[in-house]
Amino acid sequence: MKFLTEFRAPEVVEQYVNELHKIVTKPWTIMEVCGGQTHSLVKNGILHILPKEIRMVHGPGCPVCVTPLNLIDKAVYLAEEKGVILCSYGDMIRVPGSKRSLLESKANGADVRILYSPLEAVKIAQENPDRQVVFFAVGFETTAPANALSVVHAKRLGLKNYSILASHVLVPPAMEAVINDEEAEIQAFLAAGHVCTIMGLGQYEPIVQKYNIPMVVTGFEPVDLLQGILMTVKQLERGEANLENQYSRVVKPEGNPEARKVIDQVFEVTDREWRGIGTIPMSGWEVKAELSEFDANKKFAVNIPKAPECADCIAGLVLKGIKKPYECSQFGKGCTPMTPLGAPMVSTEGACAAYYHFAGEEISA
Amino acid sequence: MNMLLSCPMPQLDFDIITLGHGSGGILTNKLLETGVFELLKNPLLDEHHDGAIFELSGRLAFSTDSFVISPVFFPGGNIGELAVNGTVNDLAMCGAVPKYLSLSFILEEGLTMKEFWEILVSIKFTAEHAGVQIVTGDTKVVERGKGDRIFINTSGIGQVHEKAQISTKRVQTGDKIIVSGHIATHGIAIMSVREGLEFETEIVSDTAHLNHTIKALLDEYGAEIHLLKDPTRGGVASVLNEIVRDTRLGINISQKSIPVLEEVYGACELLGLDPLYVANEGVFIAFVSAEIADDFVKKLQKLEHGQHAAVIGEVTTEHPKQVILQSQIGGRRVVNMLVGEQLPRIC
Repeated sequence: MKFLTEFRAPEVVEQYVNELHKIVTKPWTIMEVCGGQTHSLVKNGILHILPKEIRMVHGPGCPVCVTPLNLIDKAVYLAEEKGVILCSYGDMIRVPGSKRSLLESKANGADVRILYSPLEAVKIAQENPDRQVVFFAVGFETTAPANALSVVHAKRLGLKNYSILASHVLVPPAMEAVINDEEAEIQAFLAAGHVCTIMGLGQYEPIVQKYNIPMVVTGFEPVDLLQGILMTVKQLERGEANLENQYSRVVKPEGNPEARKVIDQVFEVTDREWRGIGTIPMSGWEVKAELSEFDANKKFAVNIPKAPECADCIAGLVLKGIKKPYECSQFGKGCTPMTPLGAPMVSTEGACAAYYHFAGEEISA
Repeated sequence: MNMLLSCPMPQLDFDIITLGHGSGGILTNKLLETGVFELLKNPLLDEHHDGAIFELSGRLAFSTDSFVISPVFFPGGNIGELAVNGTVNDLAMCGAVPKYLSLSFILEEGLTMKEFWEILVSIKFTAEHAGVQIVTGDTKVVERGKGDRIFINTSGIGQVHEKAQISTKRVQTGDKIIVSGHIATHGIAIMSVREGLEFETEIVSDTAHLNHTIKALLDEYGAEIHLLKDPTRGGVASVLNEIVRDTRLGINISQKSIPVLEEVYGACELLGLDPLYVANEGVFIAFVSAEIADDFVKKLQKLEHGQHAAVIGEVTTEHPKQVILQSQIGGRRVVNMLVGEQLPRIC
């Protein structure tokens, strides 16, 4: 398949790996921000072909993992007690709430539907005028345009039965939080390619300057990742700190202005709680006050008491790159995708799931 | 369509299935007498008895399977065809020549007679082509909302091939693992209809009965074939994991050699699915002695449904109980058992 095979070409991969071996002289710790990159690294076995000096740590870029427990409980409550049609991306429904996951709610008879696009949820709202339809709008800057667009469509259609339960999170403040964490030892970033596709590069230059940290916007295929790592290591070895764009076939410096227009129309910046990390100021988007009729958080003013997180789960440390999944005492024992203690074990972008599925205990060196 | 032309629907005074058709009374009789019995006609079924009475001797294989697929009609087939192929293939994987099937329907009130007939006609032709007879059956009707249009169960009996010695216990170090054709095609065909996805070329299910192909292979290679499996639900990855779990051996597979249609691969990328976990229908996996592996593949490539057969890996004593995939780019990773259902990802 064009645009896929060439970015998985073994000979190109080998060339980059050889070059890395040639230039690396000391140990470096690099964080890939996005969970999609984590999975690609593990799934393609890239961690095993990198020079030993290069240590990849996995970042907080797993939207499902950082969605607060309380919000999952709220979604479960809306589905079970309020009789809404609760629509969600597939990833989200297996994540455990304090009592149960949306998948278990669905099995118990709640109307939970797995969709690929929030626009399908708008259609469901049109077809079910006597039911309230709520879309569980989680994600980073990547999913925000489509989620925002669903609100624009619902408003245009005059729908009174559609709202979104939004928990959008933003990458740049999270990167700063990770850098500022005392325990983290990150020397460079692979920035998340698809987030930059929407937002452009403008927000990242200040971080590079402020913290003097190399950053390469990187794609998701093996060739992308290895090229991104090579560009990063070159900077590190030279003692430079620049913002570079490996993923230029997709990411334009200005991002996608049309998508950002829709986001600005619907969302405004707010403080946001990140599961496992805590509240990060100005790190999320919520539905603007004038559109509150489409904001499920306001429309269904329910107060779900905050439940405590599982004491054994170290998801926060994993999300900040301080611990590797297999350094958790519960990894693969008390915590598996069948019996998850935390979200990173269930999400397809979660680091714990990546290691559980693809690395195995024997070869997770 | 041709099949329907050669078996036109009989004149009936009802055009949808109602609860009455499952009552055991006049409507049930009408449905069976003018519809099912006539279409599937054979001496054993014609007895109209509570069960079928027949003689068989030697080693027998017995299997059952239920079919609850949605949508009922999909590109490349329908639930009826699947119900026959499914059980026929299960028997073939035991090294058996399928002989007799039972056929049970659970119909949802409101299913149209036209749809039911089309499914029945598919069953008839698939069974004929597979060389099996449907000798007993049952029909129940449930209220609207309590089923999903139509559920089918088939059970089957087959005579085990005299040369066959198929067993997980016979899998041994050095065995080559062969897949008979493109994987993941059926699952993606179904999913693309379910999700309303359209591709440049329509992805069509490869549902097929593999018994004739398997028989030809058993005739030739007999006991050199150690194990046969059809990787339906859970896909190739789940089957391989079951085998390493049961044998305590390890398996190495190479991503490069696994046949996947380009459009199926593209769809998997789009949907966030791994083809190794996607369901198959007209595909089987064989574990055979290393000595005959190349001949086996050459022979299989000349047989029905075997054109794209390939060796995808081998059994090893390294890493017991683990399936390890050599990735396209030369990295290694574990291929684990599927957890729950594969769900579409966020971004």
